[in-house]
Amino acid sequence: MANSVTDMAGDAPPAQPAPAKRAGRKLSPDVLGWLQAAPLSVVMIGFLLAPIVMIVIVSFWGATEFSIYPDFQLDNYAFLFGSEVTYRVFFATFKYAAITWALTLAIGFTVAYFLAFHVRSQTMQIALFLLCTIPFWTSNIIRMISWIPFLGRNGIANSTLIDWGLIDEPLEWLLYSDFSVILAFVHLYTLFMVVPIFNTMMRIDGSLLEAARDNGASGFQTLRHVILPLTKPGIMIGTIFVVTLVMGDFITVRFMSGSQRANVGRLISNDISLLQYPSAAATAVILLLTVLMVIGILLRFVNIRKEL
Amino acid sequence: MAKPKVGYSRRSMLKAGGAALAASAFPAPMLWAQDTKNIVLRQFGTGVSNLNDVANKVKEDLGFTLEMTALDSDSVTQRAATQPDSFDIADIEYWICKKVWPTGNLQAMDTSKIANYDKIVGIFRSGKLTPDSEIAQGTAPHTVGFIPEPGAKTFADEETNWMTLIPTIYNADTLGIRPDLIGRPIESWTELLNPEFKGKASILDISSIGIMDMAMVCEAMGEIQYGDKGNMTKEEIDATFAIFTEAKRNGQFRAFWKTFDESVNLMASGEVVIQSMWSPAITAVKSRGIPCVYQPLKEGYRSWGGGIGLSSSLSGMELDAAYEYINWYLSGWVGGYLMRQGYYSAVPETSKEFMSENEWGYWFEGKEATDVITSPTGDKLAEAGEVRDGGSFYDRMGSVACWNAVMDENQYMVRKWNEFIAA
Repeated sequence: MANSVTDMAGDAPPAQPAPAKRAGRKLSPDVLGWLQAAPLSVVMIGFLLAPIVMIVIVSFWGATEFSIYPDFQLDNYAFLFGSEVTYRVFFATFKYAAITWALTLAIGFTVAYFLAFHVRSQTMQIALFLLCTIPFWTSNIIRMISWIPFLGRNGIANSTLIDWGLIDEPLEWLLYSDFSVILAFVHLYTLFMVVPIFNTMMRIDGSLLEAARDNGASGFQTLRHVILPLTKPGIMIGTIFVVTLVMGDFITVRFMSGSQRANVGRLISNDISLLQYPSAAATAVILLLTVLMVIGILLRFVNIRKEL
Repeated sequence: MAKPKVGYSRRSMLKAGGAALAASAFPAPMLWAQDTKNIVLRQFGTGVSNLNDVANKVKEDLGFTLEMTALDSDSVTQRAATQPDSFDIADIEYWICKKVWPTGNLQAMDTSKIANYDKIVGIFRSGKLTPDSEIAQGTAPHTVGFIPEPGAKTFADEETNWMTLIPTIYNADTLGIRPDLIGRPIESWTELLNPEFKGKASILDISSIGIMDMAMVCEAMGEIQYGDKGNMTKEEIDATFAIFTEAKRNGQFRAFWKTFDESVNLMASGEVVIQSMWSPAITAVKSRGIPCVYQPLKEGYRSWGGGIGLSSSLSGMELDAAYEYINWYLSGWVGGYLMRQGYYSAVPETSKEFMSENEWGYWFEGKEATDVITSPTGDKLAEAGEVRDGGSFYDRMGSVACWNAVMDENQYMVRKWNEFIAA
């Protein structure tokens, strides 16, 4: 699969002599490289870069109640940074991301560890892995909403607990609370942790584990000093998935909190539904920068490109 | 699969050419009648009146096709303001009209072409239900119902020959309650914030309507005296949100709802016992056998009205078809259909012919039902002997305290609303 696109991307090996066979076409390797990169670049520019540039531009525009007009004003940002609510909402967004991350990591790592090291037969591994993906055969909105009748005041969870005599009054915080929001997030996104971690675990050389045992390491020491460092790239990829998904979400927060809680995505979606596109764009720009910074920090810990 | 035909046969060309010639030479009405079958009018609006039954009946009675799209209020506003070519007929509320009219995406209607114009209820013309009634606060329909001349982007102060929207449907809204779970009479808007219902109240998350419900509550509590609830000052907006933000932080609200179904589920599941609600949502809860009352309150109702407007790009045959549709709309069948769901028709007297005496008595006159009342789709809504919550048309529409509105400080209010939701 090696091609000139990757060769051009920085730390390339010393230039090779151009293959003699191609000489007939009279295309220099440089031109050929650019041509090969062109389709992907066009797609990326058209569908990724251009929309982002547009969002940045619109974030400086002005809005009336029913239209937006080109302008260069800082009002949108001034209002955003001037409002105490913005900080609270960004804090809530980070809070959801952090808690969801910790829980999905704990669950995801355990599941992947079980699949990779406890299940011996490969057929069984694949079968169990596919089992994990079954919930993903249906829409994530449905998976989310199906929690609502379960957790409600007169829902299955509360009536069961009352029947068992564990509680006298229905638990109010089961639904329309931070609890239900995080529960839904963990439910929705744990697989995004399982898959990359499982993938890296499968590629750990078995002899390393044997060596650890031969040298007298306990099971926990093997986990701590051999498996964990070697699965870091998988953990990091899973982390990036989960953190970006949670930070960009708005619909889970809206449904599971009954509109009682907010994250940045909800600020944006509220603005859009009220036709305040410039203000929504400004919030989106700040969110994008925040997420990029978070990913930048994460990438400091592990060099994914090297590890892959 | 049939092979695609390449080109046209000589015969078909001759036929088509002949027809075209005939059409241009004799633009006869007969030909027009044939063409109506091909006319498609695209209508969009909120779910309340975008009913497939209406589209089917139009096809049956008038011959042309009506395509319906149902959206929520915010999306309707957005579409009417930003995508004028995506619709022919906009079924919108009067406060949306105030927002959208200045964009020039709608065209005024000539009232002389509206057959039943003289029979339209006074609320939509002079603003007065009866000659001596008082006009409520907010965006009252007649204030945005007329323009001085075709093409004008501002509204006329009085009745003119140019109407912005033809009124179709309206109602008086109040709070919905679960009488079985509350167990005592509810008489005032203040009960929405009563700590007794902590964690069991809800309000709708549509800013322009929600703010009016909030204002009704704050005024009833005696906390704020508004100059005009439908056009608040920044200070009034701040004070209103301060009260509700505090209530929200104290856990007064179980959830906020944005769609019809959400409001029904909140109420039916018992998550909420008192909330802002719409009339058909009450019906939906009741039809599940759960007691639910559309509680009349002493401070009065918050009212809303909708109408259909014509896209400015409509012309020629489509425009004629649109007028025909409007005249058909006011001629009674739709009115009867809507009134049997608990809404009111703009021309009640034509609707009467499409309702039984029992239905007319129950829905319009506020009389005891003499027999079972069913919805147009056949669900049982009331037993014989029951009376409509709030009474007769004149009792209900006569005690409207304010209309849904869009204010001068709307943008400020919207930002504060966003903060309230995030608070």
